[in-house]
Amino acid sequence: MDDFILRALAAGLILTLMTGPLGCFMVWRRLSYFGDTLAHGALLGIALSLLVGLATQLSVFLVAAGIAATLTELERRRQLSSDALLGLMSHSTLALGVVAIALMGPNQINLESLLFGDLLLVNAGDLMLMGGTAIAVLGVLLVLWRPLIAATLNNELAAAEGLHPRASQFCLTLMIAAVIAVSIKLVGALLITAMLIIPAAVARGLSKSPEQMALFATAIGMLSVLVGISGSWFADTPTGPSVVLGALLLFLASQVYQAILQRRESQ
Amino acid sequence: MQIQLTNAGLKRQGKWLVRGIDLTLQAGQILTLIGPNGAGKSSTVKMALGLEKLSEGTCTRDKNLRIGYVPQRLQLDWTMPMSVDRFMGLTPGVAAAEREQSLARVGLSAKGSHPIADLSGGEFQRMLIARAIARRPNVLVLDEPTQGIDVAGEAQIYELIQNVRDELSCGVLLISHDLHLVMAATDTVLCLNGHLCCHGSPSSVIENPEYQALFGSDAAGLAMYDHHHNHTHLPDGQIKHG
Repeated sequence: MDDFILRALAAGLILTLMTGPLGCFMVWRRLSYFGDTLAHGALLGIALSLLVGLATQLSVFLVAAGIAATLTELERRRQLSSDALLGLMSHSTLALGVVAIALMGPNQINLESLLFGDLLLVNAGDLMLMGGTAIAVLGVLLVLWRPLIAATLNNELAAAEGLHPRASQFCLTLMIAAVIAVSIKLVGALLITAMLIIPAAVARGLSKSPEQMALFATAIGMLSVLVGISGSWFADTPTGPSVVLGALLLFLASQVYQAILQRRESQ
Repeated sequence: MQIQLTNAGLKRQGKWLVRGIDLTLQAGQILTLIGPNGAGKSSTVKMALGLEKLSEGTCTRDKNLRIGYVPQRLQLDWTMPMSVDRFMGLTPGVAAAEREQSLARVGLSAKGSHPIADLSGGEFQRMLIARAIARRPNVLVLDEPTQGIDVAGEAQIYELIQNVRDELSCGVLLISHDLHLVMAATDTVLCLNGHLCCHGSPSSVIENPEYQALFGSDAAGLAMYDHHHNHTHLPDGQIKHG
């Protein structure tokens, strides 16, 4: 098997180590539109990285963190619903990114690969960066697990019990921004949220505790990567979307499985 | 003195939710906030807990407070799978034995392994109370603790609150609508209506014309109605004789 396929597999598997647990938090906290917004902002981050000469991932991370901070501040003012604010931020940063890329002249950036990613272009440096990020994210998650779960269930209860929900929430946002930054090249701006949400959605019906759900989501993400990459290898389809389709297949299978279980119980 | 609010007020979008609140919570004391809807009871509690920043006035809290809190209308997101035991264990520093004992006290010992999504409204509320007392707080804050709990269970809950106060000699800050139950169980009453109407012992507040204007003069007779049963109602609704 070729090296680039092995690298793509490794990158996908490392990515799911982070998207598994983080995706669960996004499902629990209803952050899927928020993730979308950050991912769209990544386009602006890439345009800025070319303008300023910053590393792509760093620039994407900074823009995503900036969007998250702006959203938090706007939400605090309580003038618009967070749904409307997300719609505003999501599409304006996307538009800003596309216009900035166009202004830089033709052939600077392949827009399609930014939107859908190219898992097959991963190099050794990308793998190192992803591995380092994964270790950092998993470490922070281990330390903050309990406060994060408590804050996700109820902010005020966690605050009254001295668990500092704001601080842990802020860390969660930074981790999501970091995952988007290191994975934008692989799965692209349009598909990263799918990788975060779908495995967690599959895991929900199968799990009895938050920890179990995080583990299942990781395993399901890995399975999707294996199914998607081998599918794209044999059928010569684009890799990122194939991985997402792999995850979707698993979701459908889990729904059928649960329906059968329910029918058996009621009989 | 555990918590003290002095001339405290909370303003949101140019409107005062509550203003001019003076409140002192002492260890071992039950302090009850009463008042109509929108009187600022929950806002007062949130100021006292430090969950809302005061728009005017001051709030001083003892440094070593260990707070057990039962918020009003806690909305949990059922997308997170969570058993009763696991939820009880989310508070830091609570031993398993303590958790089981608290669940037993509210009549939920059989429900430990159940998903919280399957609990009824009253069971859920009793679980929140068990969770708040399991951490052996020195301040217990309950915002309408008996919502969703049936009438027989309500008296039981107020009795439990008194017992916990006696055991832990913790300060209790309570919001309640059950005038007749609460007046028998509290040391001090604060009657709110956007501001502090009147305060003092239950018997003195009942005599107060402002209180009677808010709740009707019938409330005065109702509030001190006190009687004894030859049986007790267990929190799960069963009756124990003798």
